[in-house]
Amino acid sequence: MKFDLHQALNHLDLNADWVGLRQVSEKTTTHAVRDGRPQSNGRDFTQGVMVEVLAEGQFGYAATNRLDPASLQGAAEQAYQQAIATSKWAIHSFTPEVRPKAVGQYQSPFQQPLDLISVADQLDLLVKVCDTLHVSDQIVKTSAFTQTLETEQIFVSSNGTDTHQTFGFVITNYEATAQDGSIIQKRTDNGPLARCYQAGSEVFDPDQVLARAQQVGEQAIALLAAEDCPTATTTLVLAPDQMMLQIHESVGHPLELDRILGDERNYAGSSFVKLSDFGHLVYGSPLMNITFDPTVPGEFAGYAFDDAGMPAQREYLIKEGLLLRGLGSLESQARAQVPGVANFRARSWNRAPIDRMANLNLEPGQSSFEEMIGDIESGVYMEANRSWSIDDYRNKFQFGCEYARLIEKGKLTKILRNPNYRGITNQFWGNLAQVGDANTFAMYGTPYCGKGEPNQCIRVGHASPTCVFKEIEVFGGAA
Amino acid sequence: MSTSVATIPTETLTAWESTFNQLADLLLDNLQAGEHLSIELAGEQSHFMRLNAGKVRQSGLVTDASINIRLIANQRTAYAGFPFTGDLAVDSAVALEQIQQLRQDLPQLPEDPYIVLPENYGSSREAYPGQLLAPDQVSAALLPAVQGVDFTGIYASGPIVRANRNSAGQQHWFATETFVLDYSLIAPSEKAVKATLAGQTWDQTAYTDQIQQSITQLKVLDRPVKVIDPGQYRTYFAPAATAELIGMLSWGGVSEASMQQGGSALAKLREGKSLSPHLTLKENFSLGLVPRFNSLGEVAPEEVPLLVEGQLVNTLVNARTAKEYQVKSNAASAHEGMRSPEVLPGTLSTADILAQLGTGLYLSNLHYLNWSDRTGGRITGMTRYACFWVEQGEIIAPIKDLRFDDSLYEFLGAKLEHLTDTQEFIPCVDTYGARSLGGSLMPGLLINDFTFTL
Ligand SMILES: [Zn+2]
Repeated sequence: MKFDLHQALNHLDLNADWVGLRQVSEKTTTHAVRDGRPQSNGRDFTQGVMVEVLAEGQFGYAATNRLDPASLQGAAEQAYQQAIATSKWAIHSFTPEVRPKAVGQYQSPFQQPLDLISVADQLDLLVKVCDTLHVSDQIVKTSAFTQTLETEQIFVSSNGTDTHQTFGFVITNYEATAQDGSIIQKRTDNGPLARCYQAGSEVFDPDQVLARAQQVGEQAIALLAAEDCPTATTTLVLAPDQMMLQIHESVGHPLELDRILGDERNYAGSSFVKLSDFGHLVYGSPLMNITFDPTVPGEFAGYAFDDAGMPAQREYLIKEGLLLRGLGSLESQARAQVPGVANFRARSWNRAPIDRMANLNLEPGQSSFEEMIGDIESGVYMEANRSWSIDDYRNKFQFGCEYARLIEKGKLTKILRNPNYRGITNQFWGNLAQVGDANTFAMYGTPYCGKGEPNQCIRVGHASPTCVFKEIEVFGGAA
Repeated sequence: MSTSVATIPTETLTAWESTFNQLADLLLDNLQAGEHLSIELAGEQSHFMRLNAGKVRQSGLVTDASINIRLIANQRTAYAGFPFTGDLAVDSAVALEQIQQLRQDLPQLPEDPYIVLPENYGSSREAYPGQLLAPDQVSAALLPAVQGVDFTGIYASGPIVRANRNSAGQQHWFATETFVLDYSLIAPSEKAVKATLAGQTWDQTAYTDQIQQSITQLKVLDRPVKVIDPGQYRTYFAPAATAELIGMLSWGGVSEASMQQGGSALAKLREGKSLSPHLTLKENFSLGLVPRFNSLGEVAPEEVPLLVEGQLVNTLVNARTAKEYQVKSNAASAHEGMRSPEVLPGTLSTADILAQLGTGLYLSNLHYLNWSDRTGGRITGMTRYACFWVEQGEIIAPIKDLRFDDSLYEFLGAKLEHLTDTQEFIPCVDTYGARSLGGSLMPGLLINDFTFTL
């Protein structure tokens, strides 16, 4: 007998103010090849239901992977008991308004279905990727990784919510490690696991994939002979595959309302942003426009409804440098009394939703790539993240990249290795001097944004043009 | 107040063990000629209570378990993971479907030259029952003691199971009931006393005593924060900070595969470099907090020395790496990270830490470490929570957080002056996907001229 979530909801016997059931089923297929040989191949399947109950102004939850009426009734009673037992100590008294009625559907865009490619064809491609990455004998390691996920999420509640969202995710990573004596350099396809999309098997187009693999291999070799990035305070140009990380760490996390409300102070950290800053703080230069947008087709963290049932829509968080809105769900908006977005998201059925990023993007500007580089007398251009660290208030960061080029007299010149830069968030964004046009714009993501107690990894998407920052400290590797 | 202590019902664990074994029997009985199979179970029944400002932010229960099977035939291998619900009818239907899928996948894969066939290394059964708070009693037990202070963090408790069976006849079962309270008491300056309380038996008096101690420590954080310029300083790392530094070695450090594939920060130790003669690091499973068996069912030696007096004497090697590079396995995990690390103590007594430090920085905790140059062994990260400026052996003030960037060949080499003569157990509190087991045993470190950059 097939399990039906609507029936399960109807059969619950519970004296609560609100009850919701969120069912998640996810099938993951993973293929990893190293040096042309199979490394790890397999499938994962998870499914379960989280029951959320609101009683005496407090939510309690219970999650189970047993999908039968008796188990769900048991879980609902446990969730109710948690709500009652902790209501006296609740941080805020919630009402069902933070779980509005939502009805609708979502389906990830794709051109070709994910199951169009057989396991044999997939492995054949990955072996070819390794062969192509191996451009010379100085390549000491090649690896090719793909992961596809098919996710179904259904949310029903006692106030009439009924949403059904189906997602198809594709994650790829192709990398080469080159070695010359004690010099070791790794190059990847826009940064480790950066190519994350809602898509279908069109992502595995062999011509495109192998052309990129060839470039990755060649650049790994070129880095062996490159000079180290100089130590200087200079003009820094960041490609979209590094802007992704810059936006994530120094804009996304500090704008999460639950961090500002203190929920994360024992783990992910707090924020330099205060609730009183919304509508007032100048976050960056007037060229800075940041949107929260789960509606961008194909970007990794698109959806129609968040896990509270709030409809997803595009919102400016920062407009012309001014901070307008936080990354806060209905629960955080009720607690903080500042505007937020539809970002209440759980990793799976076994975790409760919290404030997350989704798609967080820097909007394109007016400058062409050639104009931006042409205007720079002396500077450094960096691509692809390889190292990231920032303090718990999201002020002092240090990021490293895989690949850089020196900029001299308006031209990209020598390749540089071990490029790093550091700065302080507010000053750094204040130094944003040029924002590339739509031709420089590219979209990436990561499956591994970590946060929350208990911990949760979540999928986020970031799109950005190439950007220019003035007077930034750059430096190279260990002496 | 007195709080009654109850165990979370252990009937579930007993039922899980029986269902798991019946399911494994079914899968093993159905194997075809030439097929090999290993079966792993990981499961937990957890109560998670999230706390902020002495109040409950979120509280709930998660019952979650999953099976991972690995099928091997004709020199090819693939895995399948699926839910373990404990309902034999449901689970066996899914398991048989999954094994059929694997039989279709296997012939499509290339041959794997480094396949490791299941072996029978011997069986084990370990169960460590605890005395935990009943889920409806946790808020009343925790929160009265912390009213009036800004208490923020997470309480997680309940049973955890790890088990495996294989077609060579091996059986392992490991079950434990644990709790971890991981908290910060936050001062108005936003500096914090960070602490953990972990174990198998909830002791209300031990809890209230520890909270009182934390509240006392909070007072020193009330002084105005001092801004320290970037530069090199004598620096003391408390055991929790040591655990962060040493933990980096699980991420492209002590793994033999990463050493062979150009990904290890410790590669220079194979080229003749050494670290401080004061430094000895080993895997020590005698603490009994994590299972000694790995996903292949191999059982690790009780101790695996890694660094002895600054010399790299072993890396962590699993059977697959051993086969590929013709070295000997020491039953490391799939990722060859440390599971139960211990740094041996030195000679610096706790009472002498500040005097020996003299003038410099006292760091309780670190945050967000990453390699800034892995080949060069360089690590960057931040100071966090209770960190102080010390002058002539006296704590002067909490500091505004600093970024560091320094090479382990320096700070665990000639710059390492002293280790404390006592260690602290630092529990592993990670809950990504599932609650972690174990932790590390670490002393404090006194390091000369540690480099701060921002
Ligand atoms: Zn993140």
